[in-house]
Amino acid sequence: MPDSLDGLTPEAYRARYDDLMCAAQANAALFAPSSAETAPVRAIAPDAVVARETIPAGWYWTQTLQRGRTLRIENTSGTPGVAAFFWNARETSERYCMGDTVKIQWTVRPRAGRLLLSDMGRVLVSIVGDTDGIHEPLLGGTLRDPSDDVAARNARENFLLAAGKMGLGKRDIAPCITFFAGVETDASGNFRWSATQPSRGSFVDLRAEMDILIAISNTPHPLAPSRVAAGSIDATVWAAPDFATNDRCRTSTVEARRAFQNTDDLVRA
Amino acid sequence: MTEAILYDVVLPARAPWSRTIRRGEILRIVDLEGQQAVDTLFYNAHDYGERYDAQQTLLAQRRAYIGIGTELISNDGNVLATVVADTCDRHDTVAGACSCEANTVRFGHETRYMHACRENFLVELAKYGMTKRDIVANVNFFMNVPVRPDGELAVVDGVSRPGSSVDLRAEMDLLCAISNCPQVNNPCNGFTPTPIRIVVLRGAAR
Repeated sequence: MPDSLDGLTPEAYRARYDDLMCAAQANAALFAPSSAETAPVRAIAPDAVVARETIPAGWYWTQTLQRGRTLRIENTSGTPGVAAFFWNARETSERYCMGDTVKIQWTVRPRAGRLLLSDMGRVLVSIVGDTDGIHEPLLGGTLRDPSDDVAARNARENFLLAAGKMGLGKRDIAPCITFFAGVETDASGNFRWSATQPSRGSFVDLRAEMDILIAISNTPHPLAPSRVAAGSIDATVWAAPDFATNDRCRTSTVEARRAFQNTDDLVRA
Repeated sequence: MTEAILYDVVLPARAPWSRTIRRGEILRIVDLEGQQAVDTLFYNAHDYGERYDAQQTLLAQRRAYIGIGTELISNDGNVLATVVADTCDRHDTVAGACSCEANTVRFGHETRYMHACRENFLVELAKYGMTKRDIVANVNFFMNVPVRPDGELAVVDGVSRPGSSVDLRAEMDLLCAISNCPQVNNPCNGFTPTPIRIVVLRGAAR
């Protein structure tokens, strides 16, 4: 392997890029929601559970997750969107990165088998279970609307509160991800709220790949018909079994293998 | 009417830049040779905690690309700047800036020691006391990143031609930081980074 790739011809760089893009297009089918491999296991062994919380409509919740712990967010009320943000617990300047997550995986549809990546080329969490595969990474959370009454809640203020209680602040908050929200993009790039939304009882399982801080805001996606959450959601943390060497989150793509190489290097050091 | 030029510079390929843009002034970015991504961040010049928010910007216009009429929105929900002229009509704010670390994942570990936009931003923002925490999702002027209906996304060949330009009217006093993107591992710079021209014009606040 060369020390650096500086100095290749434009044609050589293009050929390398085209190879990566072709591989990504060929791999996309591995992450289709109908794939049998992606069917999640609903049962959690009761003795593996280490924490449970019910997050009321409009409220937020924070948790430190050790590497290997898995967080299930269950949409028990069928609410249209739950916003989330993640930091490296040991170095909080490393945090969830929208741009790297979508461009490195060549998709704006994070779902089972995909990763949420940090700004440092590492994996914060793997999506190891996912009933519906309908999540939205581009449009963020709700802000306070001038017409809101004083008690109305929104994602922006929830993240400020969540960050504040972990010793973090406004500068530590960057674009978030919204689980359980279906948004379509038309051929011109216009976004609209989809007719297809996750069902009540849908869940997503997030396995921490390093020690992380997590902030969850039970507030709807900003394109949802209602600005008010439909009801509470459940968070469950359990100690997941060690990943297998053929774990699909780690091995499905060349990008995933390289992101885990970086992550494992950090954890070992 | 002749335009009153307050500032005019050619920024070399791969270089960082920053400047305060006063409310009402026009920031013009010219892609001198075409197909050159210009990674750009905006901050409230009087409170760097208020900064560009890609998600609020996409949400406000409900569209994946930045073009004429786009209002660039801050994390506090205020308008930072408005795109008032645009001869390219395709700018990205989804794919973010390149970094050495992201390059290792995306293009292989042999690309770690190649110059990258977040290297530029770290050095440039340090002049203002800012750190990596202050690097958020940015605008990529002249970068073409289609978001397809099936959810696939890729950086593809730019559509900007030599001389393509975009004009932004500052709606508050702004600090603007730019990385003239050095990336050669994807098509955002036509695989050959080139200089850009940055002009600040006197304008009128709306």
